[in-house]
Amino acid sequence: MAEITINAKKYQVNSGITILEACNRLGISIPTLCHDDRLEPYAACRLCVVEVKGKKNLQTSCSTKIRDGMVVETHNKRVINARKEVLDLLFSNHPEDCLTCEKAGGCKLQDYCYEYGVEEGTYVGEKKDYHIDDSNPFYTYDPNKCILCGKCVRVCDELQCTNAIGLGNRGFDSKVVTPFDLGLATSNCVSCGNCVAVCPVGALTPKKKEKYRTWEIRKVKTTCSYCGVGCQIELLVKGDKVVGVEPARGTPNDGLLCVKGRFGYSFINHSDRLKAPLIKRNGEFEEATWEEAYDLIIDKISEIKEEYGSESFAGLTSARCTNEENYLFQKMFRALIGTNNVDHCARL
Amino acid sequence: MTNSIEEIINTDAIFVIGSNTTENHPIIGTYMKRALKRGAKLIVADPRRIELADYADVFLQIKPGSNIALLNGMMNVIIEDELYDKNYVQSNTENFEQLKDLIKDYTLDVVAKICGVDKEDIIKAARIYAEADKAGIYYAMGITQHTTGTHSVMSISNLSLLCGNVGKESAGVNPLRGQNNVQGACDMGGLPADFPGYQKVFKPEIQKKFETIWEEKLPNKAGLTVPEMMNEAEKGNIKFMYIMGENPMVSDPDLNHVKKALTDIDFLVVQDIFLTETAELADIVLPAASFAEKDGTFTNTERRVQRIRKAIEPVGEAKADWQILDELMRKLGHDKEYSGPGDIMDEIRTVTPQYGGITYDRIEEEGIQWPCPDMSHPGTKYLHKGTVARGKGLFMAVDHRDSAEVVDSEYPFVFTTGRILYHYHTRSMTGRVEGLNELAPESYVEINEVTANKFDISNGEKVRLTSRRGSIVTTAKVTDIIDEDVLFMPFHYAEGAANYLTNTKLDETAKIPELKVAAVRIEKLGS
Repeated sequence: MAEITINAKKYQVNSGITILEACNRLGISIPTLCHDDRLEPYAACRLCVVEVKGKKNLQTSCSTKIRDGMVVETHNKRVINARKEVLDLLFSNHPEDCLTCEKAGGCKLQDYCYEYGVEEGTYVGEKKDYHIDDSNPFYTYDPNKCILCGKCVRVCDELQCTNAIGLGNRGFDSKVVTPFDLGLATSNCVSCGNCVAVCPVGALTPKKKEKYRTWEIRKVKTTCSYCGVGCQIELLVKGDKVVGVEPARGTPNDGLLCVKGRFGYSFINHSDRLKAPLIKRNGEFEEATWEEAYDLIIDKISEIKEEYGSESFAGLTSARCTNEENYLFQKMFRALIGTNNVDHCARL
Repeated sequence: MTNSIEEIINTDAIFVIGSNTTENHPIIGTYMKRALKRGAKLIVADPRRIELADYADVFLQIKPGSNIALLNGMMNVIIEDELYDKNYVQSNTENFEQLKDLIKDYTLDVVAKICGVDKEDIIKAARIYAEADKAGIYYAMGITQHTTGTHSVMSISNLSLLCGNVGKESAGVNPLRGQNNVQGACDMGGLPADFPGYQKVFKPEIQKKFETIWEEKLPNKAGLTVPEMMNEAEKGNIKFMYIMGENPMVSDPDLNHVKKALTDIDFLVVQDIFLTETAELADIVLPAASFAEKDGTFTNTERRVQRIRKAIEPVGEAKADWQILDELMRKLGHDKEYSGPGDIMDEIRTVTPQYGGITYDRIEEEGIQWPCPDMSHPGTKYLHKGTVARGKGLFMAVDHRDSAEVVDSEYPFVFTTGRILYHYHTRSMTGRVEGLNELAPESYVEINEVTANKFDISNGEKVRLTSRRGSIVTTAKVTDIIDEDVLFMPFHYAEGAANYLTNTKLDETAKIPELKVAAVRIEKLGS
């Protein structure tokens, strides 16, 4: 344990953690654009700077470890001015299209500019003017909105381990690039969207079939319905439609997803969905009511059971359905139809 | 999995055999790659040079159907060089002498020939696995979908026991399950010989237990597995079939046979979210709700029971599968009415020992891994801790056996199937996602560049593949990731479906079909 003083108040904290981690645990809010607790500290955005007594320069709290007896100021005038300056510099080289930007409402740059009262970028001069990379089917990369926090590159490297993107060039020309800057479609990107999930601004955004603003969305935590890993996801719901998916933190996927889990949701509201029971008459399917459907099934069950017995029945339950549904299915076959002819595609 | 997904990150050696993990379990693939960054070693054995092979310390490009030979060969090196965990074998296992006796015939020369790999690589793989403190084996259908599937799994278990990797964190025997709730469907008794919790239907005391709780007379004869059902249906012995959320008309072997079987059934009910290839053959189709439209639980590959939650109302007149079943069951005389999935889970806990402590309240924030016998039990991160569940780990010495169908002059290529990153099972869902179809639009066959050259087949050209059971037209994808005498196809596509060619021969114990090996021929079609 170490004793530190933050904003004139003494705290006991675990030694070995950073100032940012300590503040997060103590409920002291420090702004940051490049930090992610799953990644190595990076200290790129400089927004998390704090004043540490005895240090001439402001220190990045995400990469400075706690020392016993440390005295820290997180929100004094000098710190706040430095943060405003960072935000001013970033916004001066950023499109001013917040009204139509897809990220509005969920943009960290927007939030911090609001919090710190940065209304405009005061540095006039050259602005980034790059081609937008639209070549991936699921997401768009607009380098003009990129603030070079490097989170996308680091997630792709440290967590996803695909290394499809990197930081190219230097200084004003720095840019997130694929090899030789040939675009996402030609790279080894696997469209997992884990870069999109961590982008704090509107540089990496999912392509949307349905237009929605972030504040119109309801999020519902659930389990992905694809492979057996059981990733935790949040369905983004607008009205009666699922319009997107975001990864959830925690076990087993801790904020990561693959292309199917992240972008393979549009089957849910697809026009091909079955919407009414269908009964085949003379080789053609005709819509029916549930009562008609149930009656027909029950009639057939009793007819066939009487004539051929329970062993002439077979049921395929489903590796796609829930535990509760599988439980009922096998119970129905065993207890009510009277056969153990129940299986599913576990072997396929 | 005996162990947990997150444990992979601290493993010292990862042995991937018969699993294309980065495509089929992408998140587990990321854990493996992260473990490698921390210094773990990687052994990959697969008939294709899959992505993980590029990261491997040793890659064994084995012939399809040679898993047991390789595993026995590795154990031969480990036993000969005395690299095995003697203490563990001594105190925690049985039948070691029998294993040793069988393994001695699997010399490097023999194994290298059967598997088609270098002797040096077998030694290297054996050493990496045996010398690691914590070594985990990860496998999937490349191990199981063979007529020797059960024996292959036993062989994996032998290797793991031999090096004391059972009952240890970040180690173990880890089958990676392919579908969201295939684990749960098995747990819940979606198997012909098992009540929920793998309690056998033919054991009198078990039968009695369920008869008492369910208040119904129950059959005590094990039922038919899927392939057996299809055979019986073709013979006219199945009159009524109810298929919930499955699409055998794409997923099962020998589709001509499946189609005939399903057409022969007097009354076929299919319950699904789309009019699948199987639903088209039905007499009645019931519209089901998707996973986003209902509450419930899925159990993942690490035995973790997790919630799914209703986000939107079911589309049109569709209903949740549990609701359809509940309504039908009541019409069939079932007295009980369930108020919802949580209520059903409460009944599941009373009859399924492994789920005894699982309630919706407890898994609200995070899922629990079974076995979880009671409400105070935290769940089980890894199995066989302290001692193996049955008392002692049992070595099951098993021999290599050729696949049911081997190549000959008429069908000279080994045909094997699998999945790809961009699609899921029979594509009823992913086939309706534009971007995924853009990236993986149609069925194809991977063919070695040398073979392609011999047959004058160029990349993207249409080819005909024929086996003893069927013939399909697909597109050639010329590659250097497979051997010259092997062809690979993803089985997802209904058009040019790989399963018209596959073999229905079964593993005698698990009744799993040999989808990974069939003999085929290939012909150039011309443009």
